[in-house]
Amino acid sequence: MTLVLFSVFFLLPIIYTVSNSFMSSAEINGYYGTGSAEFHLIPDDFTLEAYKEILWDSPFYLVKFWISILLSVLIVIGQLFVSVTAGYAFAKFEFWGRDVLFFIVITVMMMPYQVTLVSNYIVLDGMGLIGTYAALVLPAVFSPFGVFLMRQMISAMPTDIIEAARLDGAGELRILWKIVLPYSKSGVTALVVLSFIDSWNMVEQPIVFLNNPYRYPLSIFLSQVSANNPGAVFACGVLAMLPVLLLFAYCKDDMIRGIRFTGLK
Amino acid sequence: MKLSRKRKMIGFGLALPFLCGFVLFYLAPFIVSIYYTFTFGNGRNIFVGFQNYISVLSSGAFQLAAYNTARFILVGVPLLILLSFLLSTLINARLKRNAAFKSVFLYPMIVPVAAVVMIFQIVFAESGLLNSLIPGVCIDWLHSEYAFGVLVLLYIWKNCGYNIILITAGLLSIPQDYYLTAELEGAGRRQKFMRITLPLMMPNLFFVLVISIVNAFRIFREAYLLAGETPHSSIYMLQHFMNNNFSNLNYQRLSVGAVLIFMVVFLMLALLFVVLRRRGDYEL
Repeated sequence: MTLVLFSVFFLLPIIYTVSNSFMSSAEINGYYGTGSAEFHLIPDDFTLEAYKEILWDSPFYLVKFWISILLSVLIVIGQLFVSVTAGYAFAKFEFWGRDVLFFIVITVMMMPYQVTLVSNYIVLDGMGLIGTYAALVLPAVFSPFGVFLMRQMISAMPTDIIEAARLDGAGELRILWKIVLPYSKSGVTALVVLSFIDSWNMVEQPIVFLNNPYRYPLSIFLSQVSANNPGAVFACGVLAMLPVLLLFAYCKDDMIRGIRFTGLK
Repeated sequence: MKLSRKRKMIGFGLALPFLCGFVLFYLAPFIVSIYYTFTFGNGRNIFVGFQNYISVLSSGAFQLAAYNTARFILVGVPLLILLSFLLSTLINARLKRNAAFKSVFLYPMIVPVAAVVMIFQIVFAESGLLNSLIPGVCIDWLHSEYAFGVLVLLYIWKNCGYNIILITAGLLSIPQDYYLTAELEGAGRRQKFMRITLPLMMPNLFFVLVISIVNAFRIFREAYLLAGETPHSSIYMLQHFMNNNFSNLNYQRLSVGAVLIFMVVFLMLALLFVVLRRRGDYEL
C-alpha cells in the first residue's frame, strides 16, 4: 500500500504533464493563469490543439527536437565505439599503466561538472569550438562512464571463450565483433540507453559551451517555453519525454541490469 | 614472451581512441588548469603563488555556494538513502511484483528535468497549487528560504530510482538461509535487520552513498531550471558560482574552483574507499 502511494507520488508529475497536454490553451490559462491555481488532471475538453501548435503551426519546436536528437545520436555512436574498444582492453588485456589509468577514469567519472567543464572549456576554447554544437558532442564522446560500464560488463564474461577463439586463430577485432559484442549485448543496450538519456537531458554543457540561448537544445529550451506560450508547455514537455520514454519502455531490463553493474566491484 | 608483448600492444591499441580523447579533453587541460591557478592576468605567465586560492576562498559568493552545497549534501543525502532503503525493503518483501515497481521509480530519472520542473513551478508558485490547498498560507516557495526544501524534494524524487536498483540488488544477494537460521535461533525482525541485513549491506550502502553525493553535486541543473541564473540565496550552488565566472571568462577563478572541488571530492572518495578496503569487502 505504501508502495502504491509512493509510486503515485513518483509518477504524478509525468501523468499530469501528459494529461494537461490535451487541454486547450484557454483551459490552461483558466486554471493556472489568474490568481490561484487549481489541481486539474482530466481535461474538460479533450483537444489536440497544443500539439497542432507545436508540430504544425510553429516549426521552431520541431527544429529543437531534431537538433537534440541529432546531438544525442552522435554522442551515443561515438561513445559506443570508444567505450566498447577501451572497455574490452581494460577488461581483458594487460598493458602498461592499465590499473593506474582505470583508477584515473573512475576518479574523473565521479567528478561533478564543476570540475570537468572547466577542463573541457579550456580545450574547446583552444580549438575555437565554443559556441558550436561540436563542443557539446566531442567531450561527451570521451566521457569515462561508458568505458567504466563496458569494462564492468566485459570483465564478467568468461575469458575461456576468448582464449578458445584465439587458439582458433581469430584476430582481436574479429573476436570483439563476433564474440565479445554479442555476449555483452545487454551491456551495450544499457550504454546506449543511459548515454542517450544523459545527452538528451543535458543542461550544464549547453549553458557553458554555447552561451547563446537561441542555440540551446530542447532540454533547456523547454524551460523558456512556459513564459512565452503557456498553452504549449505541456505538449512540449511530452515531446521532450517521448523519445526517452519509448527507449526506456523498450530496453528497461537491460538498463536496470546496466545500473546494477555499475554497483558491482 | 613475444606473443604476450604483442597482446599488450593490441590491448593498448584498442584503448587508444578513448585514451587520446580522454587525455585531450579531461586530463591534460586539468593539469593546465592547475598551472593557471598560480598565475595572474591574460598572459597567464605572472606567478602569484596562492593568491588566487585566497581570493576565491575569501569571496562571499564562493563561501555561500560551498556552504549551500555542503548543507544540501548533509540534508539531502541521508534523506534520500533512508527513503530508498525503506522503499527497497518494501519492494523486496513482495518478490513477485518488484520488477514493475523498480521501473516506476526510474521514470523520474529518465524524463528531462525541464519537463518536470514546470509541474513543480505550478505546485510551488506563489499563486500555485500548494498555497491554494492550504487555506491562509501564501508563501512564494521558490523564491524564499523554502526553495531549499523544494530542491531537496526534487533531488529525492529524481534519484530514488537509481538507488533502489542498487540497494535491491544488494538485498537480493543476501542468502535467505541466514534469515532462516536466525529465525530458528529465535531472532526477531529487529535483530535480523541489525545483525544480518545491515552489516551485509554495508559495502553496497557505501557505494550508494558515493553515488548520492556525486548526484547531489549535480543538483544545479534542477536549481537552474527552477529559478534561473539568479536564484534565491539558499539555493545558490557551486555551479552558479562557476557560471558567473564562465560568463566573464575568469580562467584563474574557474581553475581554482575546479581544483578546490576536485580536492574535496577526491578526499571524500579516498576516505570512503579506505574505509571499505579496511573492512576487506571491497576491491576494484
